[in-house]
Amino acid sequence: MTNTHAQEHSGEVGHVVPMGILVGVWLALMVLTYVTVVATKIDLGELNLWLAMLIAVIKASLVVLYFMHLRYDKPLNSLVFVGGLVFVALFLGIALTDSAEYQPDVIHQEALESLPTSNT
Amino acid sequence: MTTISSSYDPVPELAHGNNYLTHTRGVLSWLFTLDHKRIGVMYLVGILGSFFLGGVFAVLVRTELLFQGEQVLTDDQYNQMFTLHGAVMTFLVIIPGIPAALGNFVLPIMLGAKDVAFPRLNLASFYLWTLGAIFFLAVLASGGLDTGWTFYTPYSIETNTAVIGATAGAFILGFSSILTGMNFIVSIHQLRPPGMTWFKMPLFLWALYATAIIQVLATPVLAITLLLLIAERTFQVGIFDPKLGGDPVLYQHFFWFYSHPAVYIMILPAMGVISELVSVFSRKHIFGYRFIAYSSIAIALFGFLVWGHHMFTSGQSNMMNMIFSALTFSVSIPSAIKVFNWLATMYKGSISLATPMCYALIFIFLFGIGGLTGLFLTTLATDIQLHDTYFVVAHFHYVMMGGTMIAFFGALHYWWPKMTGRMYSEMWGRLAAFLVFVGFNTTFFPQFVAGSQGMPRRYADYKEMYAGYHFVSSIGSYIMAVAFVIMACYLLHSLFRGRKAPANPWGANTLEWHCSSPPPHQNFDEQPAVGDCYDYSGLEYDTATDSYVPKSRTAVTT
Amino acid sequence: MAEETLTTAQSHGHGHGEHPPHLAHHFESPGQQFDACKFGMWIFLCTEVLMFSGLFCAYAVYRANHPEIFLYAHKYLDTNLGAINTAVLICSSFTMAWAVRAAQKGQQGLLIGLLALTLLGGFGFLGIKYIEYEHKFHKGLLPGAQYNPTVTPGDHGNGDKHAEMGDHELITSEHDAGNAHTAPPGAAPARHDEEPAVAPTGVKPTEQTGLEKTTLPQAAPPPAGRSMEHDHAHEHGMTGRPNNVHLFFGIYFAMTGLHGIHVLAGMAFIAWVLKRSIAGEFGPEYFTPVDLVGLYWHLVDLIWIFLFPLLYLIH
Repeated sequence: MTNTHAQEHSGEVGHVVPMGILVGVWLALMVLTYVTVVATKIDLGELNLWLAMLIAVIKASLVVLYFMHLRYDKPLNSLVFVGGLVFVALFLGIALTDSAEYQPDVIHQEALESLPTSNT
Repeated sequence: MTTISSSYDPVPELAHGNNYLTHTRGVLSWLFTLDHKRIGVMYLVGILGSFFLGGVFAVLVRTELLFQGEQVLTDDQYNQMFTLHGAVMTFLVIIPGIPAALGNFVLPIMLGAKDVAFPRLNLASFYLWTLGAIFFLAVLASGGLDTGWTFYTPYSIETNTAVIGATAGAFILGFSSILTGMNFIVSIHQLRPPGMTWFKMPLFLWALYATAIIQVLATPVLAITLLLLIAERTFQVGIFDPKLGGDPVLYQHFFWFYSHPAVYIMILPAMGVISELVSVFSRKHIFGYRFIAYSSIAIALFGFLVWGHHMFTSGQSNMMNMIFSALTFSVSIPSAIKVFNWLATMYKGSISLATPMCYALIFIFLFGIGGLTGLFLTTLATDIQLHDTYFVVAHFHYVMMGGTMIAFFGALHYWWPKMTGRMYSEMWGRLAAFLVFVGFNTTFFPQFVAGSQGMPRRYADYKEMYAGYHFVSSIGSYIMAVAFVIMACYLLHSLFRGRKAPANPWGANTLEWHCSSPPPHQNFDEQPAVGDCYDYSGLEYDTATDSYVPKSRTAVTT
Repeated sequence: MAEETLTTAQSHGHGHGEHPPHLAHHFESPGQQFDACKFGMWIFLCTEVLMFSGLFCAYAVYRANHPEIFLYAHKYLDTNLGAINTAVLICSSFTMAWAVRAAQKGQQGLLIGLLALTLLGGFGFLGIKYIEYEHKFHKGLLPGAQYNPTVTPGDHGNGDKHAEMGDHELITSEHDAGNAHTAPPGAAPARHDEEPAVAPTGVKPTEQTGLEKTTLPQAAPPPAGRSMEHDHAHEHGMTGRPNNVHLFFGIYFAMTGLHGIHVLAGMAFIAWVLKRSIAGEFGPEYFTPVDLVGLYWHLVDLIWIFLFPLLYLIH
């Protein structure tokens, strides 16, 4: 890439993504979309969800790294993005765990309330 | 702009006394300003006005509770009053508080910069704050709000009051907070001067940085929570409404995921202020700089792990109850580290009891009590007894008011000369501080006792056994009201009749004291030099100006 | 009094005559300004991700605890339209990334054309969304209390049925659909007839009859019915449509609605940048707005990449 000092002088900043990479990523995304639709037609039970998520994560990574330029950017920007995802995981993880843990109480309570004799 | 001044050069005189206040004139020049100092001042006016409004609600609440039975409010009106007191104080005063009103003014100057990274975004933040405030005023005029500031479902879905208006207002205020956080993070990363590494930054900036991280990560979750609540009320979506198969505990998870880190948004800047005050007014280098800096970040991050402690009795599972309880114990550690460092700073220091220092000392005392009482609440067994009692009310008032608001007023008195170019009366300042201290403890200490004896919160009336506590508490609130009126009087008086402030009345060494009081429009003509901002050895007291000046200028020529 | 040496960046700043017009006064160099703007934008994208995370959280919690609702209700969605929308957004992301490249290389005509194409993609996406929403409004597939379906899953208004539909379930569920309307899982008719939608003093569930309690199965003995709903899909044909199907649509409309609002906002930003491009404001020295708007548009695409499988491709 161009000399940093020259960039400062000319004011030009930033790395230019090669055309080949842009087209390649675009084609990969289209193919993966097709794959993910087709994969739902195959019955893998529980795994279907995880396969779909895996493909989504791969697509997302391609968009983030190449279209959004993170691969060529300062590491700080990547840290910001990944950091945010960590907190998303924290939020979802705890909410999911807690709601799963108290479901038995909910079901028990609903069952109690639906019995004909359970009144105020 | 090719020379850098030494930190021991005298502060340059302003050309024709031209400072940021006189730089341009007219209302429009303020409304469309991009100057962070003017934006800070406008925030300050708005926030102090909101504090007054929230205070009026508080006095009404306490007056209703002065005696048993109905005094000045019906039960429904009482519900509205404590809700509005909480909502106004939380969303309009304390969360924006120190970062918006004082951080905006001070941060760029402390960085030796001309402005924040995104001045237009800064103005947008202010407009959003104002819009949010207007929404709250509209709520006041149209049905009020009686859900408690926490908007818990299902009541918030069913009640007839202006929930949508209030949640929309809070949503808008949230974005004001997010934009300010973004601005501060980028400013601190990008606009530090040569020589100011991360560990040479003033601790107030570390505090604002940690606060900004929370603002940016937590507030969006509040945004979606409020949007979903609005959708619930408008379209009966059913996500939080048990009658439609929804989950009200999920609402609480959503709400507290933001609202717990929010209390760290409130306290971290306050702690940053105290770090500055304690060092300056002990004439001693802050003790344990790195510990304080790291603990700010630790509090910001740990604060995201503990929100469930607001939900111990709400139906949260036993497993998560235990996990949150354990994690909450750990979050007290970084705060305690700060308190120890401040005390160590004061030890063998040369303490000056100027008004800002009075507030700093009050902070340490009140925050200590507030923090320690949090431990009773995080212990599961005792929380079952104490949840939703006055113990909780006292706890959070000790940390939020005894902590953040005391630090806010300390910071206000500290930077008042810089912002306004005027000095206030020290005598009245200390008197007001003393009255605030007495009034505050009179108001809230009895509430710990009442709460531990079972007095529930958010109740318009009470049994005979609590009457004594409530009476004392209400008297305390009147003492506080008097103290704040006194404060308003002497501060306003100083604007017209106060002694002109020198550049450095307190003898501090952060960069904002290296420019005139008030600062010029562009903050600095030359890039200021960066030394150790907690090293006071290069300053000495000058009787003629009742301020501190660089030693070299008044060197004795023998 | 040592004078500190200046960095190269500073020596170029604020010398009169070298000051580029787009450089703000408080930045030392265009490079610093660009870095700061990019950094700020990534922080903002982070906040958008966290805002959507609330909806993903709601999705995860309800799907984990009530998978039968999602399995049943997602068949109301047209996978083909969803897939086309995904492709449309991917293509518009491609044209956007290419547009940023064009701006960096000073290719004005290409920049304008690509921005216009990206905008077109946005219109296409919203158009398809409009078709989907209209279908749902007409068939009563609305969130919460308004849920009042007049069709069965898999009927997309053109006679096509989903390949994955279980025949038995749908025939029995059509019979149950009649019953289900009068004993409302969505509580729509009962609420509107009996009570105002918002009761001032709050409604306690125990005061109501079983009709108000939407989580109850209607006819079958409660515990058995309840536990059956937690088995896999092929079991619940015996009880017909699962309860609280409206929850799916609440989440569906919330997620796609908020996403749609962001698409609209993105299109407004692209239009603004397009206008500025036509005015010739961008080039190799200054293309920051194009870059930042591009980042926003890619985020919109990113969110859809997850929404599509989660809402349309449930198996």
